[in-house]
Amino acid sequence: MALRATPVPDNAPNKITVKELDFFYGDFHALTDITVDIKEKAVTAFIGPSGCGKSTFLRCFNRMNDLIPGARAEGLVSLDGQDIFETGVDPVDLRRRIGMIFQQPNPFPMSIYDNVAFGPRLQGVSKKAELDEIVQHSLERANLWKEVKDILGRGGLTLSGGQQQRLCIARVLAVEPEVMLMDEPCSAIDPTSVQKIEDLMAELKDRITIIIVTHNMQQAARVSDFTAFFLQEVAGDPAILVEYDRTSNLFTSPKDRRTEDYITGRFG
Amino acid sequence: MSETPGTQAGSGTLQLVSRRTYFKELALKNLFLLCAGVAVAGVVLIFAFVGVRGWPIFAEVGPWAFLAGREWNPTAGLYGILPLIYGSVVVMLGALAIGTPLAVGTAIFLSEIATPRVRSIVRPAVELLAGIPSVIYGFFGLIILRPIIADATGGLGFGAVTAWLILAIMIVPTIAAISEDALRSIPPGIREASYAMGATTWQTIYKVLVPAAKIGIIDAIILGMGRAIGETMAVLMVVGNAPVFPESISDPIATLTTQIVMDMPYAAGDHRTALFGMGIILFLVSMGLVALVRLMSRFQTAMESGR
Repeated sequence: MALRATPVPDNAPNKITVKELDFFYGDFHALTDITVDIKEKAVTAFIGPSGCGKSTFLRCFNRMNDLIPGARAEGLVSLDGQDIFETGVDPVDLRRRIGMIFQQPNPFPMSIYDNVAFGPRLQGVSKKAELDEIVQHSLERANLWKEVKDILGRGGLTLSGGQQQRLCIARVLAVEPEVMLMDEPCSAIDPTSVQKIEDLMAELKDRITIIIVTHNMQQAARVSDFTAFFLQEVAGDPAILVEYDRTSNLFTSPKDRRTEDYITGRFG
Repeated sequence: MSETPGTQAGSGTLQLVSRRTYFKELALKNLFLLCAGVAVAGVVLIFAFVGVRGWPIFAEVGPWAFLAGREWNPTAGLYGILPLIYGSVVVMLGALAIGTPLAVGTAIFLSEIATPRVRSIVRPAVELLAGIPSVIYGFFGLIILRPIIADATGGLGFGAVTAWLILAIMIVPTIAAISEDALRSIPPGIREASYAMGATTWQTIYKVLVPAAKIGIIDAIILGMGRAIGETMAVLMVVGNAPVFPESISDPIATLTTQIVMDMPYAAGDHRTALFGMGIILFLVSMGLVALVRLMSRFQTAMESGR
């Protein structure tokens, strides 16, 4: 599809807007003064050395950090212009619109079918025909259907690591999310499967906004339209967003010296 | 090459295992073997003893008259233990019906809901329940519960209901502890995945976690069953001890274990043999339950690796 090669236009709408975000784990100040606009229907990569808060930042978007006692965010994160931290916003509904893929594939210990049908069932879909349709469609979109169509009743945990990760992607796709957060989705699986997941991201971004955390810079360069570079300069200090730009610019002509040092492999 | 100590190392420069170390290791290995051996020998000896003493009852009275006989009247030479089996089963099932939801609820609370602070208070309290001597439970049942039950049901309050309530509390620590282990052994990633899918805490618990811990919870219930069917003293004190089929749940009954305690001091001859026969039945039941737990865990391993 030639369409995919077209760069995301500059006037593409912002899906998520972050303004002056600070994040704390209890007394520990993890992130400070992050301001960034995530473009709709594009792939945005967060890169940076380990421990620079990129996963923490990612988990702000679907408020997964709410589950950690003592964690709190200050500042603005908005989805389609609506503040997600506003009192009264239901994190459960937010997470239905913003799906998440984790580093370790984590299918539920139930059948492949039930894994994919999990989200729709939560939303009250109970008709067999409808569920069948969603399950097939989601597995097709996750490029897993051909491999599992005859073994839908088998446990999700019996699949290989790469297949499990695509099953998790299908599980997220089944609820038609607007945004998909991927937290180092390829670091625990084999290279062939990595390829499949990267291809998949290119296909999915026609309809979904994808944000991926990776510490593989080649992967960021391959799959993303925009890249944000995070850095914790001094241990114990909060991490900052050093540079955010189109991936093509950031990797070829970084504006900040620290970005250049990182992408040329001088540290990290 | 050989494990025998003291052989020359040939031309090598590596030091050989000293004779001292070798014998110390050997002695320790056998000491631990001995410890394990005592436990096994205990089971075998007790089973053999109960078996030898109880076996003749099947020949004397006949297996059918013994197991399915509806009347327990040793003075009349009637050794039917069906009312006692019935009593044991009724007491156990009732206790499970009340105790299981209580215990599984406690386990879910401890593993999924309680903050570390609350957990540090509730968990020891639950564990303490297991440490209370059963005669104390019986005492509590006799003095506190029995009058309440008597008021509620009429009669004296000796019977299945009182035993159910006491036993239900007694099996809570067993079932709760094992269920909690099962829940806590679920990888944290599974919980995260569920929340990230937009599930609420409640949906995460009953759609993901409880099904994932199902086998462990069933194990816990089976072990609770064993505890309920074997419990003697507390039941003895509140159950009324009448070896008959009750007309209602608040009528006095007797169980296999309580009847053995009641009769053992004076029983002789066939009567005594019959008590040992009941011992065989109890033994087989608990062996069956342990075997069931083994089977379940094998089943789980098979499920995770294969289908």
